[in-house]
Amino acid sequence: MKKEDPNKRRKFLSKGLQFGLVATAGGIALTKYLSEPAAAESEDTVELMTTDGTLVQVPKSELHDHSQAKDGYNVREGFPGKKFVMVIDLARCKNALKCQESCNKNHYITGDNAWLKVYKMQDSEAAAPYWMPTTCMHCDKPPCVTVCPVDATFKRKDGIVLIDNERCIGCRFCMAACPYSIRVFNWNEPEQPEEIKSMPPNPDYAGMPSIKGTVDKCDFCPHMIHQGELPHCVTACPNGVFFFGDKYEDTVTNGAETFRLSELLKNKAGYRLMESLGTEPSVYYLPPVNRVEPFEQGLEFYDEFNSVKKTKES
Amino acid sequence: MSAYQQLVEELAPRKFSKAGVIWVIFLVVLIIAGVIAYIDQIVQGQVVTNMRDYALWGVYISNFVFFVATSFVGSMTAAILRLTNNSWRTPLVRIAEIIAFAAIIMAGITIVLDMGRPDRLYHLFINARLQSPITWDVIIITTYIAISFLILYLPLLPDLAILKKYYKDKPTLSKWYGKLSLNWTGSVAQRKIQNKTIQMVAVLIIPVALILQTIDAWLFSTTYRIGWDSTNFGPYFIAGAFLVGTGCLIATVYIIRKVYKLEKYITDFHFDRLGKMLVLAALIYTYFNINEYLLPYYTTPEAEAKHLHELYFGHYAGMFWFVTIGGLLLPVVVLLFKKGRAPKVLFWVSVVVVITSWWKRYLIVTPTLLEPFLPIQGVPESWRTYWPSLHEWLITFATLAGACLIITLLVRYLPVIPVERTALEKGIISNGKEEKS
Repeated sequence: MKKEDPNKRRKFLSKGLQFGLVATAGGIALTKYLSEPAAAESEDTVELMTTDGTLVQVPKSELHDHSQAKDGYNVREGFPGKKFVMVIDLARCKNALKCQESCNKNHYITGDNAWLKVYKMQDSEAAAPYWMPTTCMHCDKPPCVTVCPVDATFKRKDGIVLIDNERCIGCRFCMAACPYSIRVFNWNEPEQPEEIKSMPPNPDYAGMPSIKGTVDKCDFCPHMIHQGELPHCVTACPNGVFFFGDKYEDTVTNGAETFRLSELLKNKAGYRLMESLGTEPSVYYLPPVNRVEPFEQGLEFYDEFNSVKKTKES
Repeated sequence: MSAYQQLVEELAPRKFSKAGVIWVIFLVVLIIAGVIAYIDQIVQGQVVTNMRDYALWGVYISNFVFFVATSFVGSMTAAILRLTNNSWRTPLVRIAEIIAFAAIIMAGITIVLDMGRPDRLYHLFINARLQSPITWDVIIITTYIAISFLILYLPLLPDLAILKKYYKDKPTLSKWYGKLSLNWTGSVAQRKIQNKTIQMVAVLIIPVALILQTIDAWLFSTTYRIGWDSTNFGPYFIAGAFLVGTGCLIATVYIIRKVYKLEKYITDFHFDRLGKMLVLAALIYTYFNINEYLLPYYTTPEAEAKHLHELYFGHYAGMFWFVTIGGLLLPVVVLLFKKGRAPKVLFWVSVVVVITSWWKRYLIVTPTLLEPFLPIQGVPESWRTYWPSLHEWLITFATLAGACLIITLLVRYLPVIPVERTALEKGIISNGKEEKS
């Protein structure tokens, strides 16, 4: 698979219009075009997805770059005017673990603890068991950020919590503070390929490279957002469990289906993990009711003691 | 003046005996072993420890908490007894100050040993964020190191001047004592400044010491973790520090008295008093332990109940009851009796108290981390338990040896009992010089 060079991400930005969510096209530009369809005939067009999920052809000349000021992007500020959210539909999850596989592969995770876990859960004896994928919750009140003594882990305006691995001192206080146990530590020199190790570290692409003695975690894939793509776990999931989107646009998509976030959460009684702690996660869950597949199907792939398949045959 | 000369003779630092030399070599060997283990940890990464993503803090942190707690003894005896004019403190304060100084230095070092990237230590200063309890810790530990040094050093000045004269036949040593005494002559002006400064530092060190212990507790209670997320933690840590500090003081005083044959100066009376202090500390700590471990049993959410159950009856039960009985019940029961406060008995009780106090911190740190909110899944089975690795033990013992070495060297070169003050109190000198009013 081709490796994306994060330094070239600006080039990708202009191409990144395929996907409506993070498309640089604003609603106004789109409306204008839709009302004057005739103008499109002779021009180059790009395909855009509207908020209700339909694809439309839009002439390039009608697209205006606003918000996503190419020069103004600051890794500590994030994408202006965005607030990224994820919805995980537990009813669809059958522990296929493609999400984890893809995450491990694309973030070059070489440790023993994946950033994306699929927990085997059962809330009480009488209740049904279910599979629960967890990513970083990208809390709006992140306890990890509060306790970091050096501002190595930070919360961006677009909702994403990231780590500056060149600043992290490895005190692991953030790991102690995280109630979701999603942070992992590089206890040894990560066994990543040389070309990855030589990359300049970039908070936008966690694990690229991982650095010994520092903390890693799920980054909500800003490097994919830059390209107008969905996070790796979302695209990898064969069952459409993961929905990703922008809270301000009130839209989430798993690539195939797109929903109004507010309606989805209302209709399906969405909730957040450990709401009572007040961490305000950016990840919502839909309860595991009316399962698509029986729980038992997932047992085949369940491995209590492994979450990172070692690439070397062993 | 022969009584005075005899006093100086008896209280002046002494060369190591053969046992002393062996002791120092032993400590140095431990430290070298620890340094080697630490270098290996730097090279290989903290994979050489048995800490992992769940047990993300281990013996380094609990050892750090132990050092911080021990350092409390300096302010307690030195400052509180000074301000309350308890004159029986005289032969004990310097030892307490030495222990406190050694402990807080080693606390500072120990916390760095736990860092994944000690090479980035400077970030704690250039990128400090004020809302992080670690930043508070950095501020308070450096402050406490400074104040502990001052409260050890300032009262030393007259004694250093005395030693300068005493070692006349050893010019190098004499010169050093002279320099360190900052040209102390004992003039009225000097005494006035000295008294005022000591008084000020003694007042200062009390709030600083309380804040230090509290911040140490807040490192834990600012997290959501079961067993740490407690508003009781600050005073709980202060009470624990009072206990371990007193225990360390008694054990050290006993050994120094024996080695230096100071029975004339440190009497059974002193041990009786120290024993009472230890009992008081144990009772206060018992109170907080009841708050922390018994009371939650009434309104426990599921996870908390599991945590307590693991402590009472489960995996940690042996250790839990060892520290509870050895560290709380034993001192209370034995030391309430006068015979229990006889030097030898008291010494052994104190040793048990110190050991259990060390394990107590281990019990505060470890079990909580292994009981996260979400189940431990998808990681090797060995990550579900924690026991320090050889590297961790070597490094930890090196830090303990380091503290002992600092204490030993200071005891070797400083008069452990304030010479001038003792002389004044005994009426051996009125010194021709004016005494403080």
